[in-house]
Amino acid sequence: MKKPKLVVVGNGMAGIRTVEELLTLAPDLYEITVLGAEPYPNYNRILLSPVLAGEQEFKDIVLNPLSWYEENGIRLHLGKSVARIDRHRRTVVADDGTEEPYDRLLLATGSMPFILPVPGKDLKGVISYRDIYDTETMIATAKAKKHAVVIGGGLLGLEAANGLKIRGMDVTVVHLGEWLLDKQLDVTAGQLLQTSLEERGLTFLLQKQTAELVGNDAGEVTAVRFKDGDEVAADLVVMAVGIRPNTALAESAGLHCNRGIVVSDALQTFDPRIYAVGECVSHRGVAYGLVAPLFEQAKVCANHLAQLGIGQYKGSLLSTKLKVTGIDLFSAGDFMGGEGTEDIVLSDPAGGVYKKLVIKDDQLVGACLYGDTADGAWYFKLLREGRKIADLRDHIMFGESAIGDAGVQGQSRAGAMQDSDEVCGCNGVCKGSIVKAIKDKGLFTVDDVKKHTKAASSCGSCTGLVEQILMNTLGSSFQETPKTKAVCGCTDHNHGEVRKAIREHHLTSHKAVYDFLEWRTPNGCATCRPAVNYYLISTWPKEAVDDPQSRFVNERVHANIQKDGTFSVIPQMKGGVTNASELRRIADVADKYHVPMVKVTGGQRIDLLGVKKEDLVSVWKDLGMQSGHAYGKSIRTVKTCVGSEFCRFGTQNSTQMGIDLETMLANMWSPHKVKLAVSGCPRNCAESGIKDVGVIAVDSGWELYVGGNGGIKTEVAQFLCKVKTSDEVKEYSGAFLQLYREEAYYLDRTVHYIARVGLDYIKQRVVDDAANRKALYERLLYSLEGLPDPWAARIAGAQKNEYIPIKLVTAGEPA
Amino acid sequence: MNAPLNTEQWLRVCAVTDIPVLGSRVVERDAGNIAVFRTATDNVFALLDRCPHKAGPLSQGIVHGETVTCPLHSWNIDLSSGEARAPDVGCARRFPAKVENGDVYLALG
Repeated sequence: MKKPKLVVVGNGMAGIRTVEELLTLAPDLYEITVLGAEPYPNYNRILLSPVLAGEQEFKDIVLNPLSWYEENGIRLHLGKSVARIDRHRRTVVADDGTEEPYDRLLLATGSMPFILPVPGKDLKGVISYRDIYDTETMIATAKAKKHAVVIGGGLLGLEAANGLKIRGMDVTVVHLGEWLLDKQLDVTAGQLLQTSLEERGLTFLLQKQTAELVGNDAGEVTAVRFKDGDEVAADLVVMAVGIRPNTALAESAGLHCNRGIVVSDALQTFDPRIYAVGECVSHRGVAYGLVAPLFEQAKVCANHLAQLGIGQYKGSLLSTKLKVTGIDLFSAGDFMGGEGTEDIVLSDPAGGVYKKLVIKDDQLVGACLYGDTADGAWYFKLLREGRKIADLRDHIMFGESAIGDAGVQGQSRAGAMQDSDEVCGCNGVCKGSIVKAIKDKGLFTVDDVKKHTKAASSCGSCTGLVEQILMNTLGSSFQETPKTKAVCGCTDHNHGEVRKAIREHHLTSHKAVYDFLEWRTPNGCATCRPAVNYYLISTWPKEAVDDPQSRFVNERVHANIQKDGTFSVIPQMKGGVTNASELRRIADVADKYHVPMVKVTGGQRIDLLGVKKEDLVSVWKDLGMQSGHAYGKSIRTVKTCVGSEFCRFGTQNSTQMGIDLETMLANMWSPHKVKLAVSGCPRNCAESGIKDVGVIAVDSGWELYVGGNGGIKTEVAQFLCKVKTSDEVKEYSGAFLQLYREEAYYLDRTVHYIARVGLDYIKQRVVDDAANRKALYERLLYSLEGLPDPWAARIAGAQKNEYIPIKLVTAGEPA
Repeated sequence: MNAPLNTEQWLRVCAVTDIPVLGSRVVERDAGNIAVFRTATDNVFALLDRCPHKAGPLSQGIVHGETVTCPLHSWNIDLSSGEARAPDVGCARRFPAKVENGDVYLALG
């Protein structure tokens, strides 16, 4: 069968990224032809500034070498501009007469620099800053001439000015606005930026309007003249006053354009066979000029070209960073503020630091940082998530490192780190290898970096640091990918949408979910299957069937896999209380099965490490104890202190309270692991302050704390309420855990869930609304009722094959 | 790379129903255990039970499509070729496997 033809007009970052995305989704669907006006393969346009500044060479910024086109069977026409599109015959015609028929056409014609319509704009030495040709012209001019004038004090203009200065020219920046980067910074930050650029030797003329470019008899530019009559000498004039979507081709073909080629959320133009991506498009009235939105568009467009038809582009939120070495600035969102917003400002002009955070309705809506941008990524994350910040407000200005502790102090150091400094402690990845991968492989997102370098792919605590390294390396082009992240590559739906569909459409099996939500893969992957399994069984207890093959090995086998493939066994010891008979049996098992290590765990349990899989069932049987659930996204342990029974300070029987809670919660699956603790007095020996649910006894009752976590990032639990009786402890903590089970996303700990919905919401649902609390508590008890102890079930013969290896009969038998 | 194997000597290991759908069984062998996988479409594949990354037991991983994800560090291994999926690089040894009349046969060469 003949393949349909896809023709791509534009060999730049947006077009080729779309082709790359398409090739991963449907490698053999189309016969692909690319036409590019420039004589080069696809290169990283955003790294032109480092090339101009002499920090990189052109060959370093090529994203797809010619061999890439060849390997993927793409026909490439370089140096050919497309002159017209014949939509009736479905062909495009290049200026040299080359004709290419298409079944689908992708327009990625990018943008044109805006050239001020002033006399002299066509003189020699007047250029824009757009492509490698312009960059090379600037480098060559800097060798021979002295005076450069950059018109436009925006990101591109300042990067050009900085590069030309480094190349040895006297540079004057002319800007119409009141301060530099007036689209990206507020006035204070803009002035700080100007001061430090002046220290580097740049000259600025603000609020100056260019009237004319003056030339000599040879037609070369010699000066810039302003409306007020002033003049400044110029051998080179760089116009960096903005870009215009390049729509001439689309318009001549009769496609609807309005400051860009108008596209739908599917990146489709008004002609359904023609798609458009990148700087040439206008989506919901916005044309983007930064790279991250283009990549989001590329992903969605590729999805539709691959005939999957489920991607939707909903627009992008932007942040800004200047790629001038040694100058740190960052802005995002509504950093100017206005009606109904509040500002938090830190200003230290002498120290060159200025930070402004704009808050509206208890959410961060804008940020403008100068001098210290270490927390830019974090603020941007808060901004995108739109989370409530009441709990952070006191110290939000001091950054993420002021909030967390263990292991995240590095957050503020990305810029200052040496190449040999370790970023990811789990996988031993240093900064140098990440930077190299970003540059060599053309990576743009944290997910790309995770895949290629393994950094941030294990515990994830260095994600913020990786995000920052991306920002520092890519400059203004970096943005973290979509605001609402898809569960995995199998679908575009996010966790919330999957959960909602399961609830609202009463889906009770994996197949029903994948069919209903049009999963791209027949049976998911190792990321989405466990999540879907959890959503099914937690939404429809006693109805949805738990699928062991969709569980990670630990939950399938009910023991913890170790690096050598053996397992660890932790029997249940409610509240950490055991007795001589249990200890004897544990000792006997350790002897009988040659257990290499017996260890006390952090959760007050005993761990038998190094048990062979085939021995597991007999080990459980010999122990005669129940599963301690130390292996699952489930209830783990309830840690206790000795309490009023023995301790001279104890105010309540915390040990029994712990045992009761552990009994109530036995066999509970949850979005992530759940740990509890009960302390008998405020000395808090059971460490209730860092548990998902922490209970602290006081003389008059019990205090309940939620959302604590002693893991990757230590989080102190927040006070929920105080109750009187132990039945209330069970009801309130049970209701909170059920709320978490019903609403949190898979792999979110309680702290992440609370950060998303806000503690006030939790209080309102669990503390203030008694009827709702009782309903939650009842749903918890209902879903736990009748669940068998998994070890007992397996001793009785459940999933027998899982544990028994097949022995080979030595003599082969012919088929 | 897989050495040429003598596929004349097919060895019956179990019934296909002995392996869970989207699951696996371990076949014990002195020269290294073999993981036998069953896909949703009842195709059966056999790989040496050693991830090319850090020797994790592939038999304990989650099977999806024609891929298994290693339980230790989540490398994705293609069941039909034994090759790690990009960007990881490595290969687990592959053994010919077939299903006939509901029985699973391996050729161990």
